[in-house]
This record gives sequence, C-alpha cells and structure tokens, in this order.
Amino acid sequence: MTTTATSAEPAVLAREGVAVTFEGVVKDYGSTRVLRGLDLQVRPGELVSLLGPSGCGKTTALRVLAGLEHATEGAVRIGGQDVSGVATHRRDIGMVFQAYSLFPHLTVVANTMFGLRRRRVPRAEAARRAAEALELVGLGHLAERYPHQLSGGQQQRVALARALVTAPKVLLLDEPLSALDAKVRSGLRDEIRRLQLRLGITTIFVTHDQEEALAVSDRIAVMDSGRIEQLGTPEELYLRPATPTVAAFVGLSSVVPAQVTGGAAHVLGTVVPVLGDRADGPAEAFLRPENVRLLDATATQGVPGTVEESMFLGSLRRTLVRTVDGDLVRVQHRAEDKVGFGDTVRVALDDVPVAVR
Amino acid sequence: MSAADVAQPAPVPQPATGAAPEPHAAPPAERGRTERRHGQVRGLGPGPVTRWAVAIVVGGLFALPILSMLEFTLRDGDGHSLARWAALLDPDNAARYAPLWQGLRNSLVLAAVTVAIVLLLLAPTMILVTLRFPALRRPLELVALLPISLPAIVLVVGLAPVYLFIGRTFGTGVWPLALAYGVTAMPYAYRAIQASIDATGVRTLAEAARTLGAGWPTVLLRVLAPNLRGGLLAASLISVAVVLGEFTIASLLARQNLQTALLVVNRQDAYAAVILSLLSLLLVLVLLLLIGRVGARGGRGARTEGP
Repeated sequence: MTTTATSAEPAVLAREGVAVTFEGVVKDYGSTRVLRGLDLQVRPGELVSLLGPSGCGKTTALRVLAGLEHATEGAVRIGGQDVSGVATHRRDIGMVFQAYSLFPHLTVVANTMFGLRRRRVPRAEAARRAAEALELVGLGHLAERYPHQLSGGQQQRVALARALVTAPKVLLLDEPLSALDAKVRSGLRDEIRRLQLRLGITTIFVTHDQEEALAVSDRIAVMDSGRIEQLGTPEELYLRPATPTVAAFVGLSSVVPAQVTGGAAHVLGTVVPVLGDRADGPAEAFLRPENVRLLDATATQGVPGTVEESMFLGSLRRTLVRTVDGDLVRVQHRAEDKVGFGDTVRVALDDVPVAVR
Repeated sequence: MSAADVAQPAPVPQPATGAAPEPHAAPPAERGRTERRHGQVRGLGPGPVTRWAVAIVVGGLFALPILSMLEFTLRDGDGHSLARWAALLDPDNAARYAPLWQGLRNSLVLAAVTVAIVLLLLAPTMILVTLRFPALRRPLELVALLPISLPAIVLVVGLAPVYLFIGRTFGTGVWPLALAYGVTAMPYAYRAIQASIDATGVRTLAEAARTLGAGWPTVLLRVLAPNLRGGLLAASLISVAVVLGEFTIASLLARQNLQTALLVVNRQDAYAAVILSLLSLLLVLVLLLLIGRVGARGGRGARTEGP
C-alpha cells in the first residue's frame, strides 16, 4: 500500500467540524430493542469509535444518524440541529460502507463526482474536485477505471474519496475495513486517521475490532446490548475499564479466579488494587499479558506453572502458562527469553490495578 | 424454451477492457462458477456424439414445421416462387390484408403498453419490496408467478365482466387489453427482474446514493436502473414476445390483435396467414436472441459487485 504524500492542503475539502449528539435514542425492531437510550456527545472534529460485538447496536446507531433507520424515541443532532425529520439525502453526510457500495456502472471519477452533481455543482468543477479527492487517497491514476477493475482496498479508498469530496458535516464509517485483508486494513486505517485529522471532519467509526478502534480514535464508546458501557480515550479504556464487559472486550486478557478483600485482589500470589468498587468475596480478575511477568522456576514470587505454548511475535513473545491451580495465564515478554512446551516457570503479577467481576 | 431459462444471465468471460484488471480483483464467486462449468463439460456432461444427436433431434423438431411453412408459402402451381410474398405488399390486395396490418398495429400498441406496465409498475414495486418491505417478497413472488398456472380461458372468465365495465368506461379501444397482458407477462418479467436484483447489491447501492444526496427518483433512475438494465431489458423483450403470441384472451374478449387477425385472414388466404406467422416467429426469435445477449452482458456487470 502506498501512502498519500500530497503536501498541498486540500482546502476545498477542509471544513469546520460540527458536533454530533445522540439524545436518549431508542430503536425497536418489532419487539426487539436494539438501542436502549443511547446518549453520546461527539465534539467537532473528533473521531469517535463505536466498538462492540456484533448485535450490540453500533451499526444501528450509525444508521439512525444517517437517517437510514428511524429512531423509535430520542433525537439526533448534527451541528445542533435536530435531524430526526430530515431525509438521508438532505443530512449532508458522507458514509463509507463495508463493501460493494461503488456504483458498478460508473467509472471511479464518475462515482466520486456523484455527490457533487447531486448538489448541482457544474460538471467541470465537479470533475476537478473529484480528481483532487482521488489524488488525496492516492488513486488519481485510476480515475477512468470501473469499480470491478479495482482491488478491495482501492474500492474502499474510492468510497472514502467519494464520501469526502462533498465536504460533508460528518463522516460515517460502517466497518469500512472489515472486508479487507490484514495488511491493506492497517494501511487504510492509518490513512483514514491522517485524512480525518487533516480535514478536521467529525467522524463516527463503527468497528468490532478493538485494535482498530484503539489505534485511530480520539475517544471510543464501547457498546453492549444497545447501550454505551464506557466512553473514554483509548488509554482510559485500556488502563481503567469501567466494567468487566469493557475489560473483556478491550485488549487481550486472561481471566483467572481472585479473592477480593478490602478493595484489593489476591491473584497469582500477589495482592493488587481493584478497579472500581467490588464487594469482598471470590471473583474473576482480568490480567493483561503485559502486566504478567515470566520468572525462573527458582524465583520466589508468583505461582509455579508449566508452559502450554509460546508464540514468537517478532519483537516479543507471548506465552501461555498453566498454573498449578489449573488457570491459563497469558504472558507477554521479551523475545529473547525463549521457553517451550512443558518448561517449568513461575508467573507473577505487576503491581497495577486490575479489573474484576 | 421457457422464459426463465432465457432470462438467466449466462456466465461469460470478462472481456479485457483497457488496462488489464488486477488478478485479485476478480471475485471468487465468478472463478468458482467458471470452474464448475468447465468441470461439468469435461467430467459429467454427455459425450460429443450424444450431444450432437440430441441437438439434431431437437433442432429437427423445431425446424421441420417452420421449414414446411416456408415451403408452403413458396408454392406456386407445380413450382416455387416468391409470388405470395410479393402479393402481400401489393396495393391491389390492401383491402383483403387490412385486418392483418390493423392486427399488427394493435399488437405493437399492446406490446408497448405492456412493457410500460412492466417497467413503470412491476419493476419499481419489486425494488420497493426489496428495499423497504423484504417481508413481502414471498407473497409478491407467489402473486407474480400465479398467472403461469392459470389457463388463459380461466383468466378470460374472470376478466370478462371487468372488460365489460372497461368497455363502457374507456370505450372499446385495444389498449386496455394490455392490462390483462401485463398479468400474463408478469411471471416471466418477474423472474428476469428478480434475477438481476438478486445479483446486484441493490440495498447498499441505494443507501450509498442516498447518503451522497440523491433523492428516491435519482436513486431509481440513475443508480438502480442502469445496474438492473440487463434484467429490465430481458423483462421488456419477453413481454413483447408474450404479447405477440397471445390469441386466447384477445379472441374471447373480441379484440383484434395480430393472432386473431391471422385467423381471420387464414379463412380467405392461408398463404398470407402463414407468411405473417413466419414473420412473427422470426421477430420473436430475434427478440429471444437479443435477450440472451443482453442477459449475458447485464449479468457480467452485476456479478462483479454482488455481495
């Protein structure tokens, strides 16, 4: 994947960001409630991700914002204006779908011009601006191709150019990367973020991939069962998950039994503070692989265990250890510390707060 | 040959258009289909001898009556000549053949109105059902395919009182007959259009267009219609074919179309009737060939982006 190295500021596309607000949005499909009073304030120019497992309502929320679904209750505001009664095509939004959204009968440049032509921009000017937008995503040279002649990644970049060319108030991204393979995905992900920062456009990004959300977002709203579980910066979500759901969904965790007494958890032979309030008693702790240390069998800290598997990940190694109590703990450590199946080791926990349930 | 067979887009290899497409741009579905097709021909299909034998028998069954008709129209005393064909256009015989030309004109009017019904009523309804009321798809399919199982005579019994009313209200012009033809052509048109709707990501395309600022008319005319073009053309042509071949309803409702006129003229001049029958067969054959080509082209475009 090539990166876009256009140095000129895309003045045509730049626009003052606007705020987006969900106010108690409820959405029912028949008797199923998919959104249960969604409240969310997105600041002008911010990129907020809606993150959650499938069926959590994140896509529905985005579609309500786009006007493709109608909220059963509540209001959606774009730049302070309640758009509940405004049809999709008058909301001044740009949207990128999962896949297959380019018009197959139109060339790349005609696809990109489509939104401008609907806004009655004269053909010549629309063509010029479309060419600029394609340049911005590094596809200027493919303007005369048809969508079926492009790769999946190229198609999504055209879709992005097409959504941005009208300088919409809000950019909506509905899992735009999920149909792409890993390498193209991370390249395009970073490119989306760079463009978004440059243009200062308010963006809502729906994804089920926590890594994606952590990488590009100003803030992330973790959703579950039609509600926002936690709204915060990627750091906040990762280091201080507010609920077990968030802890389980964001980042990679091992879940091991713990004993909570007086706001501290006894886990892996270590006593560590507990995140949030938790009554005393038996519980389960979420341990990040990077907070667990791998020690020699001769060490005195932690608990003994045997190695189940060890994966080489380039700069580091991730090892799965079964403790004497039978719990599986994932440890992230330096790649140089080589261990193999059956090795006897000890695992200990760093003194950082852990999430428990 | 059934309408459904004709309407299915035949898989054809993609022509090289300008710059060669990237290798990974070809969707897996298409590759899979091509392989399967080849596998069938090489592995499971009949051998060349069987295939030729089947082709000759079936071809003969179709060709024999048509060639006999042709021979019949060329008979002239003991020899053969083009005299009967020439006589058809002779101004002296104009009065005798007038019903034929009138019938042909009526049939063409009926074909045009029927196509209008298919394109302006059936197609938008099907798109609307696909986009907004997916739950209605099964019921619509049932209703649309129903006429195929109803004999024309049953339709006429039901339609007679309706046309009595129509005759009193709109006069006895020929065009209202197209309302009945819309019903008889519907099963074939439905299959053709549905195949291309299924092959096109109609919903995503419509939503993408709407988020880009297109209202519903623009979505239908500028985004969906071009991508459903193959199916819409096939549906139109098959409707024309149905209308040109229709006799029962027109005859029993006492309207004149090409087929009823052929019967009338046949009583006085069997040669002219057979010539006209041949010509209308030829026209329908051309239409069917067109459908095949259109279906193949439309199918390719649609397949490359179907989900």
